[in-house]
Amino acid sequence: MSVDAATVRRIAHLARIAVTDAEVPHLQGELNAMLAFVEQLSEVNIDGVEPMTSVTPMEMKKRADVVNDGEIPDDIVGNAPETQNHFFLVPKVVE
Amino acid sequence: MTDLTSMTIAEARAGLANKSFTSLELTDAHLAAMEAARSLNAFVLETPDKARAMARAVDAKIAKGEGGPLAGIPLGIKDLFATKDVRTTACSKILGNFIPPYESTVTSQLWRDGAVMLGKLNNDEFAMGSSNETSCFGPVANPWRREGSNTTLVPGGSSGGSASAVAALLCMGATATDTGGSIRQPAAFTATVGVKPTYGRCSRWGIVAFASSLDQAGPIARSVRDSAILMRSMAGHDPKDTTSVDIGVPDYEAAIGKSVKGMKIGIPKEYRLDGMPAEIEKLWTEGAAWLKAAGAELVEVSLPHTKYALPAYYIVAPAEASSNLARYDGVRYGLRVPGRSIGELYENTRAEGFGDEVRRRVMIGTYVLSAGYYDAYYLRAQKVRTLIKKDFEDCFAKGVNAILTPATPSAAFGVGEKGGADPVEMYLNDIFTVTVNMAGLPGIAVPAGKDAQGLPLGLQLIGRPFDEETLFSLGEILEQAAGRFTPPRWW
Repeated sequence: MSVDAATVRRIAHLARIAVTDAEVPHLQGELNAMLAFVEQLSEVNIDGVEPMTSVTPMEMKKRADVVNDGEIPDDIVGNAPETQNHFFLVPKVVE
Repeated sequence: MTDLTSMTIAEARAGLANKSFTSLELTDAHLAAMEAARSLNAFVLETPDKARAMARAVDAKIAKGEGGPLAGIPLGIKDLFATKDVRTTACSKILGNFIPPYESTVTSQLWRDGAVMLGKLNNDEFAMGSSNETSCFGPVANPWRREGSNTTLVPGGSSGGSASAVAALLCMGATATDTGGSIRQPAAFTATVGVKPTYGRCSRWGIVAFASSLDQAGPIARSVRDSAILMRSMAGHDPKDTTSVDIGVPDYEAAIGKSVKGMKIGIPKEYRLDGMPAEIEKLWTEGAAWLKAAGAELVEVSLPHTKYALPAYYIVAPAEASSNLARYDGVRYGLRVPGRSIGELYENTRAEGFGDEVRRRVMIGTYVLSAGYYDAYYLRAQKVRTLIKKDFEDCFAKGVNAILTPATPSAAFGVGEKGGADPVEMYLNDIFTVTVNMAGLPGIAVPAGKDAQGLPLGLQLIGRPFDEETLFSLGEILEQAAGRFTPPRWW
């Protein structure tokens, strides 16, 4: 399988990465090189094989459903580019 | 004071205990070495004030007989580990001037045990790379050069800063992370020892995430014993990482010098690649002979799905990365590039903040997870991963204790030499290491010899899950036979 220019633009949009028209052919070449490389997986017989979902055979531990952290808004917003009264600021989303 | 930097951790530990020198003296010697070696670009942030404060505090503890297992030992920290109040960037522009208000579990355990932080080490951006050339701080120089040549070589990646700094005697040991070979490959390129522990052995909490089902933290050090000393402090259960395993941490150092008589060492025939350089083949044969001389039994084994590990990795790892890196949105931390709408803000920020390799992987990951392609790519890769893991399980079920392979298909190469036209050329560096991540197993790279141009080459040992101890026992035998390798100083 290989991707065309329109697919490259669609993937970039899904990944929320702006790409210029000039960058598309180059990206298309790189993505197709990777897709060509992984193509060899189609030779493997995977009939009846379960996909790996856990690296180590163990049950995921669950913690008690209690509040064990909080009251640290200064820490939470401390690295944000724009904030106001402990809120993150973004361009207007709702009119 | 230069001889203070050439000791192993084990030697420095003895010197500190018998008061031959203080941690402050040891720390100052390393800070001076770092300053003199800035041309290597191994450190992206030096923290001399913090280092001296930590050294003074630990000296006071040592005087009272309260020093921990790493008391007074100066270490470098890969910039992927969050360090409280100290800039942490993953060597990406998108994290900008991120100052974590928390400390990663692994580093907090090192400080608990008395280690001293010298600074943050360079790495490939978000640990994506095999040469340390994708860092937003620029490439790292390998302290090794080809004999009679001034060409700058890469130290490998992604933990290139860690490997270079340890090899150049700038720090006594370093933290590193390994998703597809990022500890073992740079260790092999710099004649250092690198350990990738079993998945779940070290907590991933507070380490910038790349591919969560593959990432593991581990040490890079100058001897097998030193790597065992560091591992004991880095490992252990952490309730904050649900994949961290709740089993006790053994005294890894006690495994050094243990007899390996009767151990079965697998030699996988699938690792004998067409066109493999004769010197790698020779090194491998030599390493097997050393283990045999120590009483181990060599057996040929088969890992039939080996050749599919790297292509499966290049689906699984980018898929997980595309999901993990969705958090970099220009809103909560790091770089922000304005846009007219929030969507444009996201797109502009991520276009400006991610380097080429990261963008490529996020895009391929997005594609293989997208509607209509998930089954053909991602699901198939996860099934192949099951088969790769089963290959190893079958092998261990036949009584094999560990597997010996080359660590890399070549020695270190020059900056800018690989991957320019086709990214896959660079990916092939990890061909011997990536299987271990896919199966969640422990692996160690040990320096074992040099190539015809005088560059170091390493061997890899792969162990059973949570049997790092056997790797330390076997690794030290290789080390004893091969000897130590130190680069001549030119920087």
